[in-house]
Amino acid sequence: MRFALPLGLLLGLALSVPAAAAVGDRAPLKHVDWSFEGPFGTFDRADLQHGFQVYKEVCSACHSLNRVAFHTLSEEGGPGFSEAQMKAIAAGYKVLAGPNDKGDTVDDKGNPLTRPGIPADHFPPPFPNEEAARAANGGALPPDLSIIEKARVGGPDYVYSIITGFGQKPPAGFKVTDGKYYNPYFLGWNISMPQPLTDNQVTFVDGAPAKIEDEAKAVVTFLAWTSEPHLEDRHRMGLGVMVFLIVLSGLLYLSYRRVWKDAH
Amino acid sequence: MSGQSTYVPQTGFTRWLDSRLPIVRFAHDTMLTFPTPRNLNFWYAFGAILTFCLGVQIVTGIVLAMHYVPNENMAFDSVENIMRDVNYGWLLRYVHANGASMFFLAVYVHMFRGLYYGSYKAPREILWILGVLIYLLMVITAFMGYVLPWGQMSFWAATVITNLFSSLDQISGGLKVGTHVATWLWGGFAVGDPTLNRFFSLHYLLPFVIAAVVGLHIWALHVPGNNNPLGIDVKGPQDSLPFHPYYTTKDAFYVGLFAILFAVLVFYAPEFVGNPDNNIPANPLVTPADIVPEWYLLPFYAMLRSIPQKLIGVIVLGGAILTLAFIPWLDTSRVRSNRFRPLMKQFFWVFVVDCLVLGYCGSQSVDASLHLGGIEVSLVWIARIGTAYYYAFFWVLMPVIGLIETPKPLPDSIAKSVLGPAE
Repeated sequence: MRFALPLGLLLGLALSVPAAAAVGDRAPLKHVDWSFEGPFGTFDRADLQHGFQVYKEVCSACHSLNRVAFHTLSEEGGPGFSEAQMKAIAAGYKVLAGPNDKGDTVDDKGNPLTRPGIPADHFPPPFPNEEAARAANGGALPPDLSIIEKARVGGPDYVYSIITGFGQKPPAGFKVTDGKYYNPYFLGWNISMPQPLTDNQVTFVDGAPAKIEDEAKAVVTFLAWTSEPHLEDRHRMGLGVMVFLIVLSGLLYLSYRRVWKDAH
Repeated sequence: MSGQSTYVPQTGFTRWLDSRLPIVRFAHDTMLTFPTPRNLNFWYAFGAILTFCLGVQIVTGIVLAMHYVPNENMAFDSVENIMRDVNYGWLLRYVHANGASMFFLAVYVHMFRGLYYGSYKAPREILWILGVLIYLLMVITAFMGYVLPWGQMSFWAATVITNLFSSLDQISGGLKVGTHVATWLWGGFAVGDPTLNRFFSLHYLLPFVIAAVVGLHIWALHVPGNNNPLGIDVKGPQDSLPFHPYYTTKDAFYVGLFAILFAVLVFYAPEFVGNPDNNIPANPLVTPADIVPEWYLLPFYAMLRSIPQKLIGVIVLGGAILTLAFIPWLDTSRVRSNRFRPLMKQFFWVFVVDCLVLGYCGSQSVDASLHLGGIEVSLVWIARIGTAYYYAFFWVLMPVIGLIETPKPLPDSIAKSVLGPAE
């Protein structure tokens, strides 16, 4: 113990001194009080529905959402669309159809056959493959957004900071690469994505305010749900499990003390 | 197993069974009447906790295997399918993934406890070595399990670890033994589909091997009986209590507390111990900026990276685990428990801190450094000192301190120490 304590203190002291930031290092992330945070967190339904609209009208031009099926939009713990709304949303997308009764997969002009989406379909991607996506985006590949918030350090805060981190002046001496954009929250500061959202870029169907912060908060909440669709289930079950385990441990403690009463 | 059996079959059927397959007698003697030192503390509950962990991992793992697809093009998707579409799949997977961390947390406490109370000393050498073997099997199993989701960190961890074997090329001349071993492990010329398939097969097999060695471990425990915090032998019936109900209730309570911690992780921070990069599908063309193993292997990873020469690094890494098997003979002290070893006790706690420091070094990028009041200290050097202490603790301090230390006087008996001299 004589050595351990000073050693621990020394280590703690050492860690508390942050290293100086270097060019290209990620700026400290912005934090929003997310509705889904904490042990009782649930998704804000309005944010989820607004966020879906932002994804549909803006992000989906370049970013796929391959792992998300339409039917989940009306399931418990999700955006809370009605089944009819969900079916209408699905039908609004064109998905690749299988061979028709002549065995063709393309029409007379050589375009792939499509059909309206059904609840079992997943969101169709904006590009047919990676090469097409890169060709349309200056060589960069817009990542699939299905689990983006679990795949980035900082999660929702990171995505929020990126979306709202455009339009700042780069520090003197830092040159933004041609065809790229300055974003201090992106490692290396050169991001291939142009600023995706501006004030009132999306007109929310319920007339809610649509400043860039509102749009970003909504779409980040929506993508938190796509990353973790059973989060509300998990929080609800967690509460039950915790209560059960605490009561069980209490009873086990009482039986342990009772059995040991005469043994000490 | 030790002591006479007190089992008396009560019914005609159990009498008939007892003379053919005395399985009830076995259970009675090992789980109910087994004499256990009456002074075992909280730290001795981790044996039961580890049994609980192994059970949880096997049960959740078997169900996960019903939904998982060991194919390089489908593995990641099948895991996402488990998370999204399989009923309670998210629960199974989070319990299994966090269960590995809880398992290692428990095994480290269990190992440090054995180290502190001298549980490896005669007549428990085989018991200890079987424990080291279980730990080694756990490391291999956990590593292979980590590869299965086929995320970026899965793929690159598999690449880094299997490539360690190629260091053997440095001593095998033109034979390229290391390259051949690596190719043999991969089933190809790089980590790929055959690697994933065999890792899945072995990841399913090894837990049952672990369960078998745990059986031997418990067998070896039941011959000399438990060590205890005083480190002195049980001298008579007054020193012990039957395992049931005394330790069944005590262990059950601590398993309950452990389960609460487990549940906090699973339900409220399920991605806390994970690496975000593993939510990106494996891509052999993109190397992550920092390849890090799971937290429980970080101290060994720090040792490996602190040695500039690859083969020596690999030897240091393997030697660190192998060293544990020699402890029964490296410790020259005749006193088991550190309670009565004032000098060794201090070096023990330094060793605990050393392992934590090594873990921290392993978690940081390889060129990181600390800023100690204006002085920059490279973490590689801290890891080197940490590695040196790790080895010195076992190979120098343990033999030397045992010879020079004056231990405190040992109590006469467990009963006197627990119940007071009046009885």
